Formats: sequence, structure tokens, C-alpha cells
Amino acid sequence: MPDQLIFGMEVFLNGLMAGVLYALVALGFVLIYKASGIFNYAQGVMALFSALTLVGIMEGQVPFGHLINAIFGTEIHHFGWHVPAVLAILLTMGVMVLLAVCVQKFVFRHLVGQEPIILFMATIGLAYFLEGVGDIMWGSEIKKLEVGLPQGINTLIDETTYGWFGYGFFIDNLDLVATAIAILLVSALVIFAQYTKQGRAMRAVADDHQAALSVGVSLNFIWIMVWSVAGFVALVAGIMWGAKSGVQFSLSLIALKALPVLMLGGFTSIPGAIIGGLIIGVGEKMFEFAVGPLVGGATENWFAYVLALIFLVFRPQGLFGEKIIERV
Amino acid sequence: MFYREAGDFKTSYAEDNQTFPVKFDRYRYYAVLFMGFAIIPFLINDYWVNAIFLPFLIYSIAAIGLNILTGYCGQVSLGTGGFMAVGAYGCYKLMTAFPDVSILIHVLLAGGITGIVCVVFGLPSLRIKGFYLAVATLAAQFFLVWLFNRVPWFYNYSASGQINAPERTIFGIEVTGPNTEAWATYLFCLVILTVCALIARNLTRGMQGRQWMAIRDMDIAAEIIGVNPLKAKISAFAVSGFFVGIAGALFFAVYLGAAEAGDSFGITKSFLVLFMIIIGGLGSIFGSFAGAAFLVLLPVFLKNVLVGTLGWPTDLAAHLEFIIVGGLIIMFLILEPHGLAQLWRVAKEKLRLWPFPH
Amino acid sequence: MKLKLASLALGMTVAAAPAMADLVFPSLSYRTGPFAAGGIPFADGYADYFTLLNERDGGIGGELARVPECETAYNTEKGVECYEATKDDGALIYQPLSTGITYQLIPKVTADNIPMHTMGYGRTSAKNGKVFSHVFNYPANYWDGASAGVNHFLEQSGGSLEGKKITLLHFNGAYGREPIPTLEALAEKHGFDFNAIPIDYPGQEQKSQWLQIRRERPDFILFWGWGVMNQVAIQEAANIRFNMENFMGIWWSGSENDVKPAGMGADGYKSVQFHNVGSDFPVFDDIRKYVVDAGKAAGAGDQVGTVLYNRGVYAAFLAAEAAKQAQAANGVSEIDSGMMRDAMESLSITAETMEAAGLPNFGPEFTISCENHGGEGMAAIAQWNASTEEWSLISEFAPADASVVGPLIEADSAAYAAESNITPGCS
Repeated sequence: MPDQLIFGMEVFLNGLMAGVLYALVALGFVLIYKASGIFNYAQGVMALFSALTLVGIMEGQVPFGHLINAIFGTEIHHFGWHVPAVLAILLTMGVMVLLAVCVQKFVFRHLVGQEPIILFMATIGLAYFLEGVGDIMWGSEIKKLEVGLPQGINTLIDETTYGWFGYGFFIDNLDLVATAIAILLVSALVIFAQYTKQGRAMRAVADDHQAALSVGVSLNFIWIMVWSVAGFVALVAGIMWGAKSGVQFSLSLIALKALPVLMLGGFTSIPGAIIGGLIIGVGEKMFEFAVGPLVGGATENWFAYVLALIFLVFRPQGLFGEKIIERV
Repeated sequence: MFYREAGDFKTSYAEDNQTFPVKFDRYRYYAVLFMGFAIIPFLINDYWVNAIFLPFLIYSIAAIGLNILTGYCGQVSLGTGGFMAVGAYGCYKLMTAFPDVSILIHVLLAGGITGIVCVVFGLPSLRIKGFYLAVATLAAQFFLVWLFNRVPWFYNYSASGQINAPERTIFGIEVTGPNTEAWATYLFCLVILTVCALIARNLTRGMQGRQWMAIRDMDIAAEIIGVNPLKAKISAFAVSGFFVGIAGALFFAVYLGAAEAGDSFGITKSFLVLFMIIIGGLGSIFGSFAGAAFLVLLPVFLKNVLVGTLGWPTDLAAHLEFIIVGGLIIMFLILEPHGLAQLWRVAKEKLRLWPFPH
Repeated sequence: MKLKLASLALGMTVAAAPAMADLVFPSLSYRTGPFAAGGIPFADGYADYFTLLNERDGGIGGELARVPECETAYNTEKGVECYEATKDDGALIYQPLSTGITYQLIPKVTADNIPMHTMGYGRTSAKNGKVFSHVFNYPANYWDGASAGVNHFLEQSGGSLEGKKITLLHFNGAYGREPIPTLEALAEKHGFDFNAIPIDYPGQEQKSQWLQIRRERPDFILFWGWGVMNQVAIQEAANIRFNMENFMGIWWSGSENDVKPAGMGADGYKSVQFHNVGSDFPVFDDIRKYVVDAGKAAGAGDQVGTVLYNRGVYAAFLAAEAAKQAQAANGVSEIDSGMMRDAMESLSITAETMEAAGLPNFGPEFTISCENHGGEGMAAIAQWNASTEEWSLISEFAPADASVVGPLIEADSAAYAAESNITPGCS
């Protein structure tokens, strides 16, 4: 088999894996948009905030330590305990639920029925706010995230493909785990949405607020729930990306990677986010592989958007978006 | 008590249609202009100009440009940073290629070039709508920045990849380069801003502006009543690009003096200008000013209060700044979802009736 | 940090009065934003060294040093604001800590007659003092760094790089592209294959780049990254099991922050440094004693001895030495920025001066002149030991390949001089 083809296959597989990671971030956006029509700019910051909280709890860091020290002249940094990862994840979930309650109670309850762009703006305010709170609470240095995820090349795939093609494929163990977790997460979400009472209520709200309200679904409760679920998705995304780079401010920028995915897949479709993620992941990696060297590389950022644009010209509502019916 | 219409009689249509129909408002406007042109130039120093006035004036131009596209014509754009880069690099190439031509002409030409580029990236708007349109402009943002980084011709093959504004004068007075006087750069930007605002105001309340607003409110309905969506959308992209390009050129040449595409015109700039017009008020020229003022002045003000006056550590102050800005955005939206401009309108209504509101 | 807020809030009026007579060293730091992790230790080191001088020696030549801090968040616009806010305070020297801010300030500091020290960043050709009268970039610049890296590889492969392949993995921006001309010239000289692979900001996703590296199997990789790009690149290098011995970052890609998240995988990673690493110097004992334990540290005090903290200390040390030499040359203790500039132009750092400051062999020896604002471009190689979590120098400070770097600097500074109407020359 010619070398380029083998390399292309490797890039393709890695593109799929990267796509899963993009989809994980995009999923959080879709959940909130579907249920409440809010384009949540703060999703990236939520990923950062949740990952910071997770590390902070695991390391037994004192929240707001820096601020307390500055005001009272004390020297407290750590409680001196270490929380096991599972417990810390549960506690972080608790914090994210609390955040969801606060967001609903203090922000969006007051903005019911506003135009989408205003709700979008409110999430920008939220993003600023959370960024500041996260930094003050846990400090802005890079933190290592140790939740026991495997990293590095998968030897089994490497050796098998070496036997087949004489060239071992590189697949990151972390990506494999991320894929497995993404599949679990999506299945859980689907089961939750299809088979539980709350899940059905959530879908009803997504379909039509007023109709849902009229049959006795509490919008308030559903929105808090959706924000909590989005917080959980953000936590998962934060863990996956944080495992690679350490937990730091830049985690909030992963939202940029999710935007083309959203636009391609449609804001309202969970399968859209997954398929969109895969298309973007494969597309940008293959383009970088095939065309990148000719034009000087680093094309991934813009090509993702161009790819989404090409799809949108043919399907203006995104791949799986609800068909836009225009009436006067 | 204030803003009284009583005794303020209009005798012609022109008077009736003027921007500030209430006498009190009109005089206030003249007073602001007088302050801006005749008093502030004598009072300011380098700090005030470089830290406060130049960014405010230049962001106001960019915000007016984006407001025409997003606020009046309803086309969401997240490519402002990229388009500002077009203006900046266009201005740089013109400045270095034709050193004898006035900088004012270069700035205007840079605006024109940006308008053309903006139209090209605006073409998909005929098919893609709403938030989905943002993808086309985001493609522009990332592609343009990548292009300016990648093609050495744009930065005259300099080893550093940065562009530097050489010294240029208007009427013998330096407006770019290191040896400028505070008042000169200030007045240069203020004049351009005033002209831009006047053009924008008059465009938006004329035929063109009505077409844009019709497209914004419902494009199918607009099409039925005879507005050509192609012409309306493309003209909005062109005009918006022109203003944004001017802003980019000034941002590079007058304000920063040196720039690099990714550093100065990244995606954060696009978001920042969009935030400005949403906070300020979509579809309002005053809103563009208010939003720019809010996001330029507030951080500087907070920083000076927290660090300068209260003496807090700079990192804590910076984080608190985020919390306060974010909190204020949310608070303003809850109080008045349609931006500072609407808040101002409501305040004016209240003032008119004050102190006897019933 | 102890009592900092309270004491500052109370002592506001007291602090404001005697401020005028101090020596002012503004610190344009970035403790927030995407690069905060790199900015915090540097800012701490810079401030702590001056605090040490104040506490232990009563200042510099009897004058207290003051370090007003201004947060830039690595943002060029805030940098301008900070510069304008602090320059009228009697600022003696600026360390803008960002290439973007440096470029804006080059013409401004020249017009305002304030020297600027860009240590290991900024405009490389500022080494030519005939064109850049107020900008200094001693002891080393990026082109020196690239040359030092290649020299080390040369040594590693037994004196010849003929037929070897060196890849530059770099930030896709002005900073990352800086070393390309140098490396191209060196490739011609030493006969190695050179190619450059850019990574776009922010650089959290580098699969494509590392797959390409894995396919092309370069013998050596040089790395010009910053921010999250560093951590991801080192992690990915470990993932593809690239030999860390052959992977070398520039000084901005070689701190504890960059290697720690990758754990044991980062063992053996190298970086070019222009100052020594570790905390085994007398000055750090003094800093602990007079500054940290006395509760006067700028940060939490946990950064002492890290690479970037050391860099901050080194920057402060060089600034303080220049101030001392300015005081000696002019015979007054209250110097202004013009005197400071002249002193920097004749600065000479010897083993004795470093020894006297409690920093023996902390950096290279060098002498500055009007023609040469950058020193001899001495750099050393440091290596990371993941099991002890320590950086250590594995080579002596050695000069860069002047025959390659020199002409490039001439050409670029000449271009700048032509563009901005500067007549090169020494006053």
C-alpha cells in the first residue's frame, strides 16, 4: 500500500478521535440551546471552572485562599487533605448544580422571553463573572490533573497496524478513553431523555415552552436541570482537555473549537453535534495533512469554519437542524 | 422639566426631522461637540489620550460599523477583528508604498478596501441566516489573520512579522509615529469619528437605513414589499466594512503604532466589538458610543480605583474587575435588556416629566 | 503578601508622600489571562529582588527602589495604558514582557528617553544599538537561542549535522517565526535538513503536527511555544515517544509549568537558557530571610527558585546593576532615565559583580557598547529531571554563531532604520 494512503488513514482515525473531543464541548452548547434557546457563550468558561474546582477539591486547596490571605494577612493555602478522584468529581458536580441554580435564579429567571441575542449577551456577562470567580477562588497557575486517565500511544494498535502495513498507527489512549466516555455520556443522555419523567419533560420544554408549561412542567426546574447537565458535560470536557494540558485559563478557549461543530451540526441536535464534530475533526486534519504543507501549515483553525460554511451553503439550518420554515 | 418640547415650535419638515428635535437635547449635543473639539484638546496629556480617548474613539468607529451590519441590518458578524486587520494592513501597505500621499487618504482607502473584502465574505449571508451566519464571518476572521501571518508581502518581508507605522503628518502636524502630540492624534480621530457618526446617522434614517431595518425585522416580508435583499445586505456589509476598516487603520497607525495580526486583531477583538454594540444597544448610533465607553472606560476606571486608590494587588484587582464587569453586564440586561441606549431613552422620558410624572 | 491589603489601605497617605525620591522600576506584569502561569513567577522574582535590596541594603546606593506593578494580561492595549500610567512617575527602565508591547514601545521609549530592556524576547535586531538607541536585549536573543540549540545538537551528534533533520515546531505568529531565517542560514552552513511546522494559537490541539513529526522522524526538534502550547507539545512528544534528549525548547518553553503536567514523560526535555536555574544561590537564602519570611513577598512565596522566578530575579539584578553603575558614573544617587540608559550602554557584568550580588555564575559575563546592545549571545542548555522535579544546566554558557547571527541583525535593523527615518550612529 502506498505510504501516503497509510498516513492518510492514520490522520483520518486521529481526526475522528479529535472530533469526539470537539463534540464533547459542543454537546454542552446544544443541551442548553435546545431547552431554552440560549446560546451559552460561557460553556468554555464552565469547563474551565469545573476543572479548576475538581483539582482544587482533590488537592484540598482553600477556596478564595489568595483573597483571604490578602485581606486578613493569613497564610492559608491548603486544608492538608487529598480527596479521591471519584468523590471529588461528585463534589464538583454538586458545585455545578449549585451554579446552575444560581444562574437560573439570579440571571435567566429575570430574562424570560427576551430575544436570543440578549440571552446570549447575558451569558457573556456570566462568562466574565465566572472567569473572575474561578481565578480568585483557585488561583491562576497551571494545575496538574490526576484522575488516573491513561495517556500515550496505544501499543496494541501500534503493533497490530505495524504487522499489517509496516507502519504503526498512533492512537492516543486518552482519545480512546474519551471516545468511550463520550459514547457512554451520549447513551446516558439519550436514555435519560427518552425514558425518565424529567427527561421527557425536558424534551417537551425543548419542543414548546408554553405547551409544556400548560401541562404542568416546571420550566424553572427543567432549566436548572439542563444547566446542571450542561455543567456535567463541561466537567467531562474539562477533564479530557485538562488531562492533556493541565488545568489552566486556556481551557476556556476550547469553546472556539466547538463553534464550527455547532454550526455544522445544527444548534438543536445532539446527533448533529456528534456527527458535526467527527466531520470537522476529520476534515481539518485531512486538509492540514494534504494541503497544509503546501500553504505553510496551521490551517486547521480557519479550515474548520470554511468546511462548516460549505456545508451550510447547501443546508442553511445545519446538518440536523430543524428545517427553517419562513412565513410572513 | 428638562427635555421640554413646550415653546419649541417647528416650522419646516427639515426641523421636524432633525436628529435632536428637542431644543434642550440639541444644545446639549452642541455642548458635547464644543467640549470635544475646543476644550478637551487643551486639557489632555499622553495618558488620557493613549489610555482612554484613542481607544474609546476608535472602538466607537468600529462599533458604529458593526452596528450598521448587526444592529440595523440584522446580520450577526464575528469577523470584526479580521476586518480591522484588513484596514490596518491595507493602511500599512499604502503608507509604505506611497509615503507622500496624505495619511487621511490612506485611512479612507483602507476603509474602502475593507468594504470590498467585507462584501466578499458577506455573500453567504444571502443563504445563511442568524447565528449560522456567524460561521461565515468567523471563517473570515480566522482566514484573514492566518493570511496576514502567512504572506510576508503584507508585512514587507520584515523578519519580525510586525508592522510599524512610520511617521506621517497632516498639515505639517504629526499624527502617527512616536513624536505625536496628544491633542493632534486625539483631534484626528475625533474628526474622523464625528464624520463617520454623521454619515452613519444619516444613512440609517434615510432610504437605505429603512431597507436595512426592513431586512432585519423580516427579510421575506421586506422582499415582498420590494426591498432587494441582495442589494440591502451587500450594501450593509460594504458600509460596515468601510467603517470597521477605518477603525482598524486608526487602531494600528495612530493608537498602537505597531501591530501583529494574531495579537492585535484576534477573535477576542471581534467578540469585544460585538459585546460593545449589544451592551450599548443594537440599532442605535448613541448605543455604539455608550457600549464602547462602557467596555473601554470601565476596566480602566476599575483598575485605577482598585489598584491606584485602594492599593490592592494587581492580580486580585484584575480578577475582581472581571467579576464586576460581568456582574454589571448582567445587571444592566436585567434592568434594561435593550442596552444602554434604551436606558438613556427611558431616562430622557423620565426627565421630561420630572418632577411631576402624573 | 501578609497584611498587604490592610497595610496598604492604611498606609496610603504615608506611602504617597516620599514616593518622589525613589528609584522607580515599573513592572508590567501579567498575572491573569491565558499566559498568567508564566507571568506570575517572573513578576514575583522581579519585585522580590528589589524588596530584598530595600530590606537588606537600604535600597540602591541609599535610594529605595520602588516597583509599581501594572497588570497587562499580556494584552497590547493594556500595555500601552500601563506605560502611559507609569512613565511620568520617573520610570527608569521598562521590561514590557511581551513582544507585542515591545514593538509599540520601541518608538515611544526612544521619544521619551527611557531605556527598555527586553531580555530574551522583543525585537531581535534591537541588538544593534546604532539604530535602537533605547532598546537593550542582553544577554541573549532568539537568534542566539536558535544558534545555541543547533550548537548543542551539533555536539550531541558528534560534531556533524550532515544529513540530519531538524524540525522547528513553532507558534504561528511573529514570535514563533523569528528563528526561521537563522535556522535556514545554519542549515546551509552545517548541511542539515530544516523544516518548520507552525501551531496556531492557542495550541490545545496539536495532533496534526505531531503526526507529521512522527511520520517525518526528525532527528532533533526545536520548539518555540508559549502558554498552553508548551504543555500540550511536551505531552504529545511523550505520547509519540519522541526521545526527549532530542527535543529542546527556547527559554519561554522551558519552565516547571511546561514540564510538570506531562509527569515522568517529560524526563530529559531540554531548554535553552540565558541564566542559571535552581535555587542553590546565596541570594535565595537572603530572599527567604528578608522577603518571604518577613511577609513582604510579592506573591505567595512558593515560586522562589523556579526558572521564571529566577528570570525575574535576573532581570531585576541587571537593572539594579545598571542603576548602581549609573550612580557611580554620575556621582549622584538620584539618577534619571537618561543616566540609566547611558549606564546600560556601558554595562559590564563580570563574575565578581554576580558573586557580590549573591548570584555566582548565574548568567554569562558580558559587556555592552553602543554598537552591541545584546552582549555576546551567551546561552546554556538546561535539562529537566522529572524524578527530582528539577531543572539543571548541562552546559556552560557558550556564545552564539556570530557569523550567522550578525549579518541577519544588520539587515533587519537597517530595514527598520530606513522605514522610520533613523540615521544609524553612536552619539
